Amino acid sequence: MRLYEMTAAELSRRLQSREVSSAEVVRSFLERIDEVDPYLRAFITRTPDLALKSAGEIDSRRMRGETLHPLAGVPIAVKDNISTLALRTTCASRILENYIPPFDATVVAALKKAGMPILGKTNLDEFAMGSSTENSAFFPTRNPWDPGRVPGGSSGGSVVAVATGMAPLALGSDTGGSIRQPASLCGVTGLRPTYGRVSRYGLVAFASSLDQIGTVSTTAFDGALLMNLIAGYDPLDSTSLPEEVPDYRAGLEPGLDKLRVGLIRYGRVDGFDPEVTEAVNKAASMLEEHGAKVGEVSLPLTDYGLSAYYLIAPSEASSNLGRYDGVRYGFCADGDSIEAMFSRTRGEGFGAEVKRRIMIGTYALSAGYYDAYYLKAMKVRTLIRRDYEKAFKKFDLLLGAASPTPAFKLGEKTEDPLQMYLSDVCNITDSLAGMPSLAVPGGFHSSGLPLGLQLTARPMQEKLLLKTGRFFEEQRAEYPLRPSLDFLEERGGDYEI
Amino acid sequence: MKYEVVIGLEVHVEMLTGSKLFCSCPNRFVAEPNVNTCPVCLGFPGALPQLNREALQQALRAAVALNCKVALYSYFDRKNYFYPDMPKGYQISQHYIPLGSNGFLDIEDEKGELKQVGIGRVHIEEDAGKLLHEAGGASGGSSMVDYNRAGGPLIEIVSEPDLRSSGEARRYLEKLKSIMQYAGVSDCKMEEGSLRCDANVSLRIPGDQSFGIKTELKNMNSFRAVEKSLDHDIKRQARILDSGEKVVTQTLRWDEDRQETIVMRGKLEAGDYRCFADPELAPIELTAEEVELARQNLPEMAAERARRFVEQYGLPEYDAGVLTASRCLADYFESCLEHFNKPKEVSNWVMGEFSAHLNNAGLEADQASFTPEDMVELLKMIDEQVISGKIAKEVLEKAFVSGKKPRLVVEEEGLLQISDQSELEAIIDRVISENPDTVESYRGGKGKALGHLVGQVMKATRGKANPQLVNELLVKKINS
Repeated sequence: MRLYEMTAAELSRRLQSREVSSAEVVRSFLERIDEVDPYLRAFITRTPDLALKSAGEIDSRRMRGETLHPLAGVPIAVKDNISTLALRTTCASRILENYIPPFDATVVAALKKAGMPILGKTNLDEFAMGSSTENSAFFPTRNPWDPGRVPGGSSGGSVVAVATGMAPLALGSDTGGSIRQPASLCGVTGLRPTYGRVSRYGLVAFASSLDQIGTVSTTAFDGALLMNLIAGYDPLDSTSLPEEVPDYRAGLEPGLDKLRVGLIRYGRVDGFDPEVTEAVNKAASMLEEHGAKVGEVSLPLTDYGLSAYYLIAPSEASSNLGRYDGVRYGFCADGDSIEAMFSRTRGEGFGAEVKRRIMIGTYALSAGYYDAYYLKAMKVRTLIRRDYEKAFKKFDLLLGAASPTPAFKLGEKTEDPLQMYLSDVCNITDSLAGMPSLAVPGGFHSSGLPLGLQLTARPMQEKLLLKTGRFFEEQRAEYPLRPSLDFLEERGGDYEI
Repeated sequence: MKYEVVIGLEVHVEMLTGSKLFCSCPNRFVAEPNVNTCPVCLGFPGALPQLNREALQQALRAAVALNCKVALYSYFDRKNYFYPDMPKGYQISQHYIPLGSNGFLDIEDEKGELKQVGIGRVHIEEDAGKLLHEAGGASGGSSMVDYNRAGGPLIEIVSEPDLRSSGEARRYLEKLKSIMQYAGVSDCKMEEGSLRCDANVSLRIPGDQSFGIKTELKNMNSFRAVEKSLDHDIKRQARILDSGEKVVTQTLRWDEDRQETIVMRGKLEAGDYRCFADPELAPIELTAEEVELARQNLPEMAAERARRFVEQYGLPEYDAGVLTASRCLADYFESCLEHFNKPKEVSNWVMGEFSAHLNNAGLEADQASFTPEDMVELLKMIDEQVISGKIAKEVLEKAFVSGKKPRLVVEEEGLLQISDQSELEAIIDRVISENPDTVESYRGGKGKALGHLVGQVMKATRGKANPQLVNELLVKKINS
């Protein structure tokens, strides 16, 4: 087994026992990136020199016998909407193409403190607005299981990096499914923690009341390792939660006795692939066989979730993106007047989907429409939260699909925003309710594409999610799942679509 | 005038705090641009605001000092609009639920009777930066932004339309300033922008229940300018109404040089700020106990202090009222007393000469280079008969302007009092011989005549003669 094929836990073990050095580990991943990334394009910015430098530092600290964090020396990829000091952070937007943050996001500071070399910044839909990573202003990222398909989004770059061994771990962000949906489309594990559990300081805001940084990994245990590092209260983030952080690794051993699982019965959702429903039902049976009590649960307001989400998120986005005016940082167009400079900067700097959402949000917040749209959506959000609270009186865990379909084709939904929005339908209500939610692999579609399950728990119950995720891993013969990438060889070096 | 004037004021006050409203940058003036800035107040991507608890306490103090009902639950909203001095494309403010509402303060109305002016709301918001325009021809020239002030802690205080004249508006502002200063919320220096005032004014026929069409006045940089611009616009509106026309809703700017109001924008340009709750800040939650504590902990206000001045120092009520109208002046007075415990004498000088110089220079007591120590030095010189009261006025003026110590002014200008008997006798002899008629009328019983002679001696010594001594010597000489 090559180093880049190993889990973060395995790498951590070998690094701590000094079987390998961090420099060796990092080099293995960098080689893998060189081999794979030109075809799949997960990274916007690669940082091989920085990664090797911090690997070297960790190795010498280890040689000196210093006590290091378990993840010290284990490299990681970071979604390019998370601020990195002195390292370009583009949000996959022209408007921030050359923006270099003067500070580290709180989570990035934590990675650095722990000694995790950063391999690079990963691709996303511009400002995390999208479900396929096709909205990147630079290039789309491709699905490693079928390069003619999308990896999902918006954290497509982070997910593809982890799925193909370009990074053992990655940070993503999830506003309305941006970690969970791509994780399911690429066969990896993605955790959206409880809103406020991980500091948002330094995460470039899309919709602040929904944005949440989370983990992308090949196993639930690796997710727990990373959560141990990034979870916790941050005085710089007024919405971060003060509750104590548990050791996410502890007690992940299976044992589902008396676990009450609610199997989500979706209302009318068009385009739900029957094989997805089948995979979810199969997962429910597995849980039942191992001692869990499974019942059906319906979240009646789920039907309104998508509409509420696509009013609240764009409303916040329209305000959050007001700061990109070309005055202090980022792209700036010329103009004869201040107004002309503003509108040209924003007109040329933002892509179509970002502009669409700014317009939707501006409209929803405007005088005369505020009550009917924004305020109504906020009321629906409150009712959705109550739906969950009610469901969690009967169940400890909700089980559903992480995406209504397996990965769709590149370009398939780009002309139809509504179809694109519908691909988040399974993820959005968890986000609106602020609940922690985990996407784990749930078998394969007859087409050979991976399918994902989604588990949702009460606030702060990330551990229960990870534990159940681990249960599903143990039900499979081979884990983690790895795409063959045989198309790389078939097409020689000339792969192109 | 046949119309009733209706005025409401919107006042922004810069709060005194160590740091800005949502970041730890220092909240104080510096000349060098963009020094007091950080990713938060510059609105960098990913930076998040954290509420300064000190600013919240200050705002709470302001709300209770203005007799407001305090919302135990309120929150921050975003007011969205584009302007280069607004780093985030929105201002964090309180739109839907203000921290304080339904307050009031008392002023004297035009008849000198007590009048309660309603305060509709007191809310917290952040300041913007400052645009600096650099001239450079028709097409050229550039604008620069200084964000030192961006994110500074402000409260906005909105009065009800209860004011009925420009004079009432002025007295409202004076009272508001006094309350804010006494509460320690702000230094309220209008010339420096720590108190800013916009006015809404309309006219109506007395007895009308509905309001007339109002105009908004901006850019008034002193209380005097507020009064003048209101008077100016009241006359303008009256002329329009007299001619049977209608007043147009618009925003006008006061032009200090031309002493008139100039139209800035019409109503159609009024913005839609798309206000909504800021999702990046937690709601402000207070307990009734916290509010009550803030009320109890309010410092002594002007009226109380005036009462104390009468009781403790035996000052006339008039003196106590004048001294306590400004907190700085009252502080100045009490600082003087610490080293020179003659309250009435100190009061005379502080509210007389000293205040006159402050007014001329447009300064507050704490901005004058003539400190309480200087005042004490001056008063001691009078007391020790080193200088006369008349000379002291001259010394005060010179020291006030130059910043020199009073004793140094006396030495440099040769203003020491002449108490040398032989020196004075020579001058007195001359005055007596030069004014035989006056001397005769004094001898004839006209007491007043003596004053004239004293005056002549003082004139001859350029005021430096010890007047008491001159008096004694004159009487002695004439009667001998």
